[in-house]
Amino acid sequence: MNSDSKKIARIDVDRVRADFPILNLQVSGKPLSYLDNAASSQMPQQVIDRIVRYQQEEHANIHRAVHYLSELATKEFEEARVKVQHFLNAKESREIIFTRGTTEAINLVMHGYGRAFIGRGDEIILSGLEHHANIVPWQMLAEEKGAEIRVIPMNDDGELLLDEFRALFNEKTKFLALTHVSNALGTVNPVKEMVAFAHQHGVPVLLDGAQAAPHHAIDVQDLDCDFYAFSGHKMCGPTGIGALYGRAQLLEKMQPYQGGGDMILSVTFEKTTYNVIPAKFEAGTPPIMGAIVLGAAIDYLNGLGLANIEAYEHELLDYATQRVSAIPGVKIIGTAKHKAAVLSFEIEGVHPHDVGTILNAEGIAIRTGHHCAQPVMQRFHVPATARASFAFYNTREEIDRLVEGIRKVQEMFS
Amino acid sequence: MSDMNQLYQEVILDHNRKPRNWGALEGANRHAEGHNPLCGDHIKLTLNVAGEKIEAIAFEGHGCAICKASSSMMTGAVKGKTVQEAEMLVEEFRGMTTGTLDPDRQDNHLGKLKVFAGVKDLPSRVKCAILPWHTLHAALHSEAETSTEGLADPIPNSGIGEE
Repeated sequence: MNSDSKKIARIDVDRVRADFPILNLQVSGKPLSYLDNAASSQMPQQVIDRIVRYQQEEHANIHRAVHYLSELATKEFEEARVKVQHFLNAKESREIIFTRGTTEAINLVMHGYGRAFIGRGDEIILSGLEHHANIVPWQMLAEEKGAEIRVIPMNDDGELLLDEFRALFNEKTKFLALTHVSNALGTVNPVKEMVAFAHQHGVPVLLDGAQAAPHHAIDVQDLDCDFYAFSGHKMCGPTGIGALYGRAQLLEKMQPYQGGGDMILSVTFEKTTYNVIPAKFEAGTPPIMGAIVLGAAIDYLNGLGLANIEAYEHELLDYATQRVSAIPGVKIIGTAKHKAAVLSFEIEGVHPHDVGTILNAEGIAIRTGHHCAQPVMQRFHVPATARASFAFYNTREEIDRLVEGIRKVQEMFS
Repeated sequence: MSDMNQLYQEVILDHNRKPRNWGALEGANRHAEGHNPLCGDHIKLTLNVAGEKIEAIAFEGHGCAICKASSSMMTGAVKGKTVQEAEMLVEEFRGMTTGTLDPDRQDNHLGKLKVFAGVKDLPSRVKCAILPWHTLHAALHSEAETSTEGLADPIPNSGIGEE
């Protein structure tokens, strides 16, 4: 992450913006500045076109049918799986399972792995930075099994305390579920180092990559993680599609998540034989269009180059951090040394929801609230924050507008 | 400033800065707490009701400007009113902010409270404005707690932004 961020950004932002029709919108009579990319990103025309082409020329249910459209859709769907495999640098395409998104991917691991291999008195380690999606499933499991949740604490910059992390491990530790990048603060965790430590204790690791996948190259073999989950809609793809990478040996010994068609080899009323991976985990008709269009989104990001995207967004973050932190009465929450393009802040004396509504009237879309990370809010003693999050199609001018908007809020509330 | 910011009129900003009837009443005979778990708004209401009349009312808590100003103006509007009059205002306020009552065309007793009319165009903020009224209704019905969410949600699926 470090070495990449020093590269000179090679993003022609004017050309890139021309790919995104939605960026031409006017909101509240002002040009839209879309700074809510950590919640969901926008879609370029190339990816929108792929939806249209699929629906107009390629749609049918996949697998088994012998007709032309079904074979075409099946081929495109499986090619999308290979695109995801390469995107994550997984060893084999059967290690990629299509899901509804990161949340479903984590729930799949909780059901398929957690329920089979985590029992009474066992411990699951989470971090204080987790999104609710990587907390609640594990709490449900802990409650069901009588297992315990242990939490890695963080410092005032929003960085995990690695000594405390290491001290949490003991013979009862059975799983580590960790976010790669914090959605609320932007902290990039040293996941490779943390995975290696967990593995020294024989503990498998799931990484929540929802915020990481859109912004820099992921290499699951290099990270050596056991599971990696991400969502399509945060990386220029549609909602309703995401993927789980799982190490083949683990996926093979896991229990299925849902039962239904496609996940079986044979069914009688006496016994069902489950299919091999990845089909074992893809019950029912999958989001075929979603998967194929996610493949197109990956093509688009690869066309720009993940290293270029990362370097460009890093420049934006540095600029935004410098400008926003220079405003008296504004405090940035989340000041980790390694950060992705997320800027959480509070304006003294103004509730974040008021900030969000007033900025909206200026055409600026930011997110306000707890960002589905209430434990992070509790750690920093705030009910909510205002959060601007940047993508490679954002500009310095938009950050200038954000700064101007913040000043307007302060004037109104002075 | 565009139309949307008509909501943040000086009267609302003023009540946010200097909330009226702030605090907790000693020996109150009605009380309720209101939460909006999605944005962290939290208010505590205490009242003294004698016979049918609201003799005194106070609030404290924390929340956004819309919630605080709505609480402050609500306490002013119902102090000295009967329970029945207060309940009528709860209904009218709810009607105005959810768009079922047009305060400029239909009979109502909202008066100064009409500054909150603009909130109906901001679905994610309606709950902020309604919370104190909802809490008042709970207090008058001797329910100790209320929430903008779950079964007590006055406007289901209005969707306060989450990610």
